[in-house]
Parts: sequence; structure tokens; C-alpha cells
Amino acid sequence: MLPALSTIVLLPADASAHGPALDHHLLLNLWIILGLAAFAHVLLLAGLSLRRSSQPVHLWTIEYLPLALLAILFSALAVRAEQLWAETRYTGSSPEATQIEVTGLQFAWYFRYPGPDATFGTTQPRFASAPEGNPIGIDPADPHSADDLVTSELVIPADREIDLTLHAQDVIHGFAVPELRLKQNAVPGENIHIHFTATRPGIYAILCTQLCGTGHYRMNANLRVVAPDEFQAWIAAREKAAHP
Amino acid sequence: MTPPSPPKNSSLYSLSPGPSLFSTDHRAIGRQYLALALFAVVIGTLLSLLMRAHLVWPAWAVPLYGPILPEGYLSLVTLHGTIMLFFVLTTAPQSGFGNLILPAQIGARQMAFPHLNAASFWLTALALIVLLASPFVPGGAAISGWTAYPPLSAVASAGPGQAAGMDLWLASIALFAVASTLSSINTLVTVARLRCEGMTWNRLPLTVWGWFTAALLSVIAFSVLLAALLLLYCDRHAGTSFFLPTGDLINGVIHTHGNGSPLLWLHLFWFFGHPEVYIAILPGMGLTSMVLANFSHRRVFGYRLMIATTLLIGLLGILLWGHHMFVAGLNPFASTAFSATTIAIALPASAKVLSWIATIWRARPHYSSAMLFALGFVSLFITGGLTGPILAQPILDEYLHNTFFVVAHFHLIMAMAGIFGLFSATYYWFPLLSATSRHPGCLLSERLGRWHFWLTLVGAYATFLPMHFTGLAGEPRHYAQLTEIPNAAGRMLAATVPLNLHITYAAIFLAAAQLVFLANLIRSLRHPAPSPPNPWHATTLEWHPALHPRARLDASDALKVLRGPCDYRTPDSGKAFFVTQWNHEATPDIKPE
Repeated sequence: MLPALSTIVLLPADASAHGPALDHHLLLNLWIILGLAAFAHVLLLAGLSLRRSSQPVHLWTIEYLPLALLAILFSALAVRAEQLWAETRYTGSSPEATQIEVTGLQFAWYFRYPGPDATFGTTQPRFASAPEGNPIGIDPADPHSADDLVTSELVIPADREIDLTLHAQDVIHGFAVPELRLKQNAVPGENIHIHFTATRPGIYAILCTQLCGTGHYRMNANLRVVAPDEFQAWIAAREKAAHP
Repeated sequence: MTPPSPPKNSSLYSLSPGPSLFSTDHRAIGRQYLALALFAVVIGTLLSLLMRAHLVWPAWAVPLYGPILPEGYLSLVTLHGTIMLFFVLTTAPQSGFGNLILPAQIGARQMAFPHLNAASFWLTALALIVLLASPFVPGGAAISGWTAYPPLSAVASAGPGQAAGMDLWLASIALFAVASTLSSINTLVTVARLRCEGMTWNRLPLTVWGWFTAALLSVIAFSVLLAALLLLYCDRHAGTSFFLPTGDLINGVIHTHGNGSPLLWLHLFWFFGHPEVYIAILPGMGLTSMVLANFSHRRVFGYRLMIATTLLIGLLGILLWGHHMFVAGLNPFASTAFSATTIAIALPASAKVLSWIATIWRARPHYSSAMLFALGFVSLFITGGLTGPILAQPILDEYLHNTFFVVAHFHLIMAMAGIFGLFSATYYWFPLLSATSRHPGCLLSERLGRWHFWLTLVGAYATFLPMHFTGLAGEPRHYAQLTEIPNAAGRMLAATVPLNLHITYAAIFLAAAQLVFLANLIRSLRHPAPSPPNPWHATTLEWHPALHPRARLDASDALKVLRGPCDYRTPDSGKAFFVTQWNHEATPDIKPE
């Protein structure tokens, strides 16, 4: 029954490890509120259509009992939601996770891979210059900067945990990948981490979901999920091209 | 026997010399607020139609203006949200009907501070003028939405409209915040001090409880908003850094001094912003309760529980602002806490719905236009409210945040339910709204009212239900364009266009349906059919002959309340009676036709 609704509501494809549980919980919620809305409207219409009788008086059966049932229902849904939330958000990524830095700026996303030294070079806003090929302001004097790789497309291996560090250079941006059921704002002055595992290779949309100015609607990028060996080949080729 | 009438110039009872533009009479001020809100809702609706048209026909050029550019679209978003939230949904129910009806419902002849009341109105009018001037300054109106998140709102170079347009937005909302705070203090003092003899707290109509709780929230929320606006103004013009982190680079300009955080704004804004939506809806809840009881010839089911849930919604309403920030960089543990308070508010809200259903249960009510709109309020409140607990779950909000699912949620529960409350109030109180010292007041056409109701109900659902689906499909808010977007995002957005086309047609239909209401208004004012003194057989004091606008204002009859509202009785003889709050005798209750 649940998959039937997913075709009706047109949820986009689900390509992340935590996604199916989220979808299941979302659809369960949608079914429940659909049922409650229908039931409440049936009660409303029945109450209006039935022959007049004396006013109901039993506060316990009409108010407190249904409220107790609703409290149990909403609590159960909330507990399940918190479990899922805790699984993805309460702890950081494992140390082996692939580290990638995401920078949002008006109106583009940039992705930085730390290179063979596994360390990001520092950034300074005064170095930031898109025309000079350094949109996020990597400090050229930092030895860790030399092997950093900056791209405008996010390429990640499937079935490997990814840890993203979100930055915003100017205003708040919303990093969102609907097909990975991911959303987290990038806030100026903050380093915010999210971690996830993509399961299905493909090309997915990265959007900006926090109003960031005139070009908000066109601030997007592609996410390409590829097989792990393909990812290694891609990053080796890009490193070679960038730092020959 | 009768107590001496209060001295004419005492501050609590100062009387206006007659209807004038700068009147301090609460009814005149109420009408002024309602006229302002009517003007604002027309503008706000037209702006929303421009947005809807642009989304599905991006090449369409607005006559006398030209094609809508992305910054123009965001200005429309900002103005629509700001006008509707502040100048319609806050102004009309709380200040408009609050002023018009509240004093009479508690047996008072004036608000506690008539001059403050007039000052509040003129500040509100000035605020609207400042806001409506903002599109005409260089750069145009602000583009950062009604939430005005910094740094976008803190730095003039962040976008067109963020210089002078943003300054005017800040000035407008600051004026509005001052006006609302003053007006709410007035409401609180009036309810606390000016209730007539016998009007105990338990006998207050639920409408008064709605206005009272909304005023409590206003005082708390608007003062915090005002502080936040001043801090933002200082960041823009006084070199402070409350909301700007060091190293922030906007359009080639680096912010070097001071290290603040944009998240502080989110906390302050939503500490105001969430109570604000309850300020918009609480008066409608109170009115719905009273109208359902009136036309069902019943008491409100669980009257004291209704009072308790109103106050509980107010209390919880200031404890759940963090649910707007689940994906904004809030500590994930805090998200869990805010999720719990948000889920909790579903319970007093559900208690109200149960009470409403029990009130009309097997009552065979009289379907006046006011009753129909109150029933519409209940329906929209259920439909729009049930998506609340979904959005309250952080893991689900991670997918749904800032999609059209959220737009659908708050338009149904706040905008549409709020508007239905306002229409119910208009049809119900039109005799008092249109009454003057010379004219007894008139009724709106019930036939046109029924047409208006059904067309609006169909239009509201046809417009806002499909938004749930475009949201579930991934359509984000605030996108100026859905077509010709590069990359994988382009495919996702283009897929929502067919449903969006339907939404646009439905929105045009919904707006057009309001012409029936305007026709009804004009028709009733041009050919007024005099209303009976108490056309709906209501029990509450605003229908008391001595409190009618036609009654002499310094009438010295002492008002005394003998019982709670909604005293409808059906003895064994089968004949129905109603007993007003001020009368000893029961009056035969013949259903009004």
C-alpha cells in the first residue's frame, strides 16, 4: 500500500542509504493525516446532517479520550522521527568517510577535495576571485593548498560514507539534494557537517533552498554518484589535469 | 439608582466629537483598520497573481511594466508576504474587528486609551505607506522575503532592493511593531480593567479570549522583533556586527570588523515569527467557536476547556520557534526539543476541533454565510493543521523544508483559515460594521454570501492542495523560474510545471471569486437593508441596545452581565429560547431566515 502512494505523490528517486526509512516514515505520516482529515470531515458532515438531538455533554469521551489517542499517535510518530534524526544527525561521520568541502556563494556551489595529503588548505576571503580560478579563496601560501581540487560538480563514490563541510561565503544558502533526502543550510561564519551514503549511481540535482538573492533559482549543480573505482579514476585524472 | 455617568473628559471615556479622520472612537478606528486591511489584501492578492502568472508564463510582460525579472519576482514575494502577514492577517482580525467589537463585548464604551488607539492606527497606516513606497526607490523593493535573513538583508550590495528598498522595509516593519505593541497594550488593559459588572473572566466570549491571548503574544513577540530590526539597522548603518561574521565577502566587499552570527537573527525573528502566526489565527478561532454555537443554538462544547486551550496555544506558541531552524544550523539536540514542543501544540489545537465538532453535532444549524465561513474555517484548520505534525518532525522537515509543501501548509492553516475567519466576522458583524449614529446598520446579501462561500472554498482547496504535491516532488520556494534551468535541477523543476499551471488557474479563480464579495459589499452599502437589532439572536453584549452605535454614547444605563454567553435552551415543550448575557428573561428563539 505504501509504495502505491509514492507513485501518486511523485517523490523523486531515492538514492541514499538513509532515504528509504525517511520515505517510509513520510508516507506513513501522509497516510495517517489523510485518514485523520477524512475522518474529521466525515464527523463534521455527519454532525451537520443528522437529525437534531440534545447536545453531547461527556467531556471525557468527546475530548479527553480522543486527545489521549492523538497524543499517543503523535508521540509514536515523533519518537520514530527522532530515532531517524538521531541516526543521521546526533553523531559525526566515521573517520574513514570521504571528506569534501562545499562552498555556497551567489550563485554557485563549489566543491573542494583535499587531495592526497587529506588536508584542506586554509581559505581567506581576500584571495577569492572567480576570474582568477580561485572562487573560494584558497590561500596559495598554505602547503596544504597545493593539491586541493575545486570543482563545480560534486562527484562521489556510491556506497561510501561522505562527510560534507558546508560553508557560505556571502549569504545563507541551502544545500539540498532532494534525491538523497538531504538538506542543510550553509551559513556564513559556520562550518556545518552532514554525512550520508549514496547508494544508487546517477546524476542528481543539488539545489539552493534558502533565498539568497537574484539568482537563487538558478543556483544549482549536478551531483554525480559513480562506482568507487570510477571515482578513483576520476579524481586521479582531475588531480593530474589540475596539478601536472 | 443608576450610577453617575463618567465625566466626559475622563481619560478612559473621552468621547470623540463625531466621525472624523482622526477619530478616537473605537468603532471609527476599527473601520479604519478594516479599510486599510481591505486595501492591503487587494494589493497582496494582485501581487500573488503576478507571481503565479510569471511562474507558468515567464515570457509574459506585465502591461505598463514589462517582463518580470528575477529580482522583480523576489520583490513580489517579499511584498506579498509582508503585506499579507502584517497588514492583513494581523491588522484585520486583531486591530480591525478587535476595535470594532471587543469593547462592546465586555460591556465597555471605549478602549482604555483612545488616543493611543488612534496613534496606533496612524502608525500602521504610515508603515503601509512606507512599505508601498519601497518599490519606487532606486533598486526597487527588498528581495529578501518577509523573514529578511542576513547577511542578504544586512548588506546593501547583496542584491537589488537591498539598499534603500531594504531600509524602507525595516522602517515600515519597525513602525508596525511599535503600533502593534501599543495597540496590544491597549487591548490588554481594556480587557483587564473595563469589563462591566458581572463580566467575569469565565463569562468572557471566546472572541475576547482570542483577542486577549493574541495581544499577550503581540506584546512579547513584537518587542523582540523591534529589537532585532534595530540591531539589523545598526549592522547596516552603524558599523556593528550582530548578524555579520568576520570575513563575510559579498560582491567584492569583505566584512572585516566584528564577528556576529546570522543565526542570531533567525532566533530573534522566529521568536517573533511563530507567535505571529498565532496572533493571526487566534481571533479567528474564538470567532469560529462563537459563530458555530450561535447558529447551532447551543453552548460552546467545553467552554472552559476552550479558554484553557486558547491560553495553552499562546504559551506553547512562544516555545517552538526553533522548528523553523531544523536545517538552519541549529544544534540537532535542540531540534529534538523544539520538535517536542511543536508536536505538543497539536493537542490544544485538536481539542478545539473536537469542541467545534461537538458543538455542531446533531444541531441542525442555520446555514447563514457567517456560519458557512466558520465551518470552512474548521475544515481548512483541519486540513492545513494536520500537515503541522509532519513538518514538526526534523527528519521529515529535512526533506520538506522550504518546499511548496510548507507553502501549502501555512497558506491553508494561516492564510485561508485566517481569511475565512475574517469573512465569517464580516458577514456576522456587518450590521455593527455599517451602523452609524444615524443608520441602524445593514446586512450583507445572504444569497451572494453563499455563492461567495462555495466559490472561495473550492478555490482555496484547488489552489493550495496541489502545492503539497509539487512540494513533495521537490519544488523549492522562492524560485523565480521553473523552466530553462540548467543541469539535473532543470528536469526536476520542469516536471512540476503542469501542476503549477493548474495552481495558477485555480489562484485566478480564487481571486475572481472575491469579486462576489466586493459586489456584495457595494450592493449592501448602496442599497442598505436595515438590520434588526439582533439579527442572529446572539447572546453577547455587542448586540446590547445601549451599546449600539446608534445609542447615545454617554447613556448612563449601568450594564450588568448575568451569565455566560451562548445560553440557548430547549425545554421539554420543544420551543427554543435564548437568553442574552444582559437579560433576565428568555426570548423565544425563532431561527433567523
